[in-house]
Amino acid sequence: MAIIDHEAELEKAGANVTGRFSSLMYFIRSYPLGAIGALIVLVFVLTAVFADFITAFDPTTTDSTASLAKPGGVHPLGADFMGRDMWSRIVYGARISLIVGIGSAALGSFFGVIIGLATGYIGGWFDLIMQRVIDIMQALPLLVMALLMAAALGPSLINTVIAISIPLIPQTARVIRANTLALREMPFIEASKAVGMSEWRIAVQHILPNTLAPLIVLGTAKLGSAILTEASLSFLGLGIPEPHPSWGRMLSESAAEYMRTAPWLVIFPGIAISLVVFGTNLLGDALRDILDPRQRA
Amino acid sequence: MTGYMIRRFLLMILTLVGMSLLIFVMLRIVPGNIVDILFDSAGFIDPEEKARLEAELGLNLPIMTQYWHWISGLLQGDLGYAYVSEKPAIDEILPRIPVTAKLAALALFFSVAFGVPLGVISAVKQDTWLDYVLRVISLSGLSLPSFWLGLLVLTAFVNWFGWIPIYTEKPDTLWKELWLLSIPAAAVGFRASALIMRLTRSSMLEVMRQDYIRTARAKGASEHTVNYDHALRNAVLPVITIIGIEAAFLIGGLIVTETVFNIPGVARFLVEAIQWRDYPIVQNLVMFIAFIVVFINFLVDMAYAILDPRIKYD
Repeated sequence: MAIIDHEAELEKAGANVTGRFSSLMYFIRSYPLGAIGALIVLVFVLTAVFADFITAFDPTTTDSTASLAKPGGVHPLGADFMGRDMWSRIVYGARISLIVGIGSAALGSFFGVIIGLATGYIGGWFDLIMQRVIDIMQALPLLVMALLMAAALGPSLINTVIAISIPLIPQTARVIRANTLALREMPFIEASKAVGMSEWRIAVQHILPNTLAPLIVLGTAKLGSAILTEASLSFLGLGIPEPHPSWGRMLSESAAEYMRTAPWLVIFPGIAISLVVFGTNLLGDALRDILDPRQRA
Repeated sequence: MTGYMIRRFLLMILTLVGMSLLIFVMLRIVPGNIVDILFDSAGFIDPEEKARLEAELGLNLPIMTQYWHWISGLLQGDLGYAYVSEKPAIDEILPRIPVTAKLAALALFFSVAFGVPLGVISAVKQDTWLDYVLRVISLSGLSLPSFWLGLLVLTAFVNWFGWIPIYTEKPDTLWKELWLLSIPAAAVGFRASALIMRLTRSSMLEVMRQDYIRTARAKGASEHTVNYDHALRNAVLPVITIIGIEAAFLIGGLIVTETVFNIPGVARFLVEAIQWRDYPIVQNLVMFIAFIVVFINFLVDMAYAILDPRIKYD
């Protein structure tokens, strides 16, 4: 298998990467923005995982005495009209965003890889037809496609994940296909054929691992757009249903009515969405520079 | 060249036909049609009444017959009747297009007016603090949801000026209308300009690595001449393709922004129609959006073929 050895490459470039810590320091020094992105994503994931330990209130419990409470005191970020604690809702909202983001990016990549690998490797008529299908899928904006799918499937957490994953398939399929086409002509694939390896084994064992780098880059970029699309869908009332605390949904509830009286209801969920998407974008850019230098912008 | 154009045109038609099938099937796998929704909200179900209403709306016909009715009607300019308003769908859709078109044009104007020059500056000053600042701004532009940006703008207006820049009734002059639309357009345009800026920057950097740029420097051309006369001219070409990507990108932004700013355009109408399962409106509107995106990409490819003499099509 011909996989680029990143450690060796880094060493050749003069980087001091003897231990784990020093390679981490090297990453931070060479990609300061990427390191910030990684930190944001790490905090986001930890928040989602340990939501139970860092909140004092249940995100769905209502409390009429705390209705529209100002930020501060027991409610550090205030409370909404029904007296639900904003901090808890945002922390548990991270869980929803993470599930939808990772779920749909993974699902979309999975089908994208299968289609890309199959079309690139098999070629011929199958490739021609699948390429047209992908053209068709790409003619609709991500949000419109997700809206249609969400409406078709009905509002639920799983359906939102599926609805967002489908418009993510075409680009992954395209990139993996292009990669497969290039790899198919490489000498090491020819060698595998010469020693009598089966086509299936060549595709899965030799081509697939070599498409990993562009896949990671794409997957990270898709994570951000999946989170953003979930927020938009929920904002439009076609995403995550009650009682799940979704950031986008929180904005659509609070939007018009409390803009003047309780602006914190508008500000905090938006900051949460923007920060997480910003973090994944920064990380995605850095990963692209490291793993896929040809795409470097 | 002519051969390429014809092939490209046929490909566009093929994509649109495939799109119509996809839209149609997606809308029909929905569990429950408008009749179910109406009866759900009414709270009782009389099977006879339900069957009568389904027959009236043609929902009991085989799916291929329904598809054929839609497509043959579409080609003759008959889009059917909206379920909710019971008016011809075309009368519901057409009057809403101008507002959205103005909003989209303004947003595109903002995104190009800011995106292209800032992208060029970022590339020319690569790896300086200015480049870093501009890159962080453009990345944050891609990270802010445009509906939240819209909400923030509205909140700021309400709290500071006690006035909401919301589209209530049709303004009397075009200028007034454009001024009113420029606020939501800036919200959509900010995100779109971030995309243009990133792509302009990478396209410019790509060109600046070319040999003829080094040659220009070697023969003693000034930094200004190299950057703007040699590099920018060639970097602008790929930026045209961006407009194709941008079209799809803008539409997503318009949907949420029209909802936030209460603008009576087609994008917001689509969301309402989807919520109501108003098939004639949804399928025609989505088809319209797909047509716009596919057609713009067709025009972009044509422009590219004409503008770039290095590419030979046969």
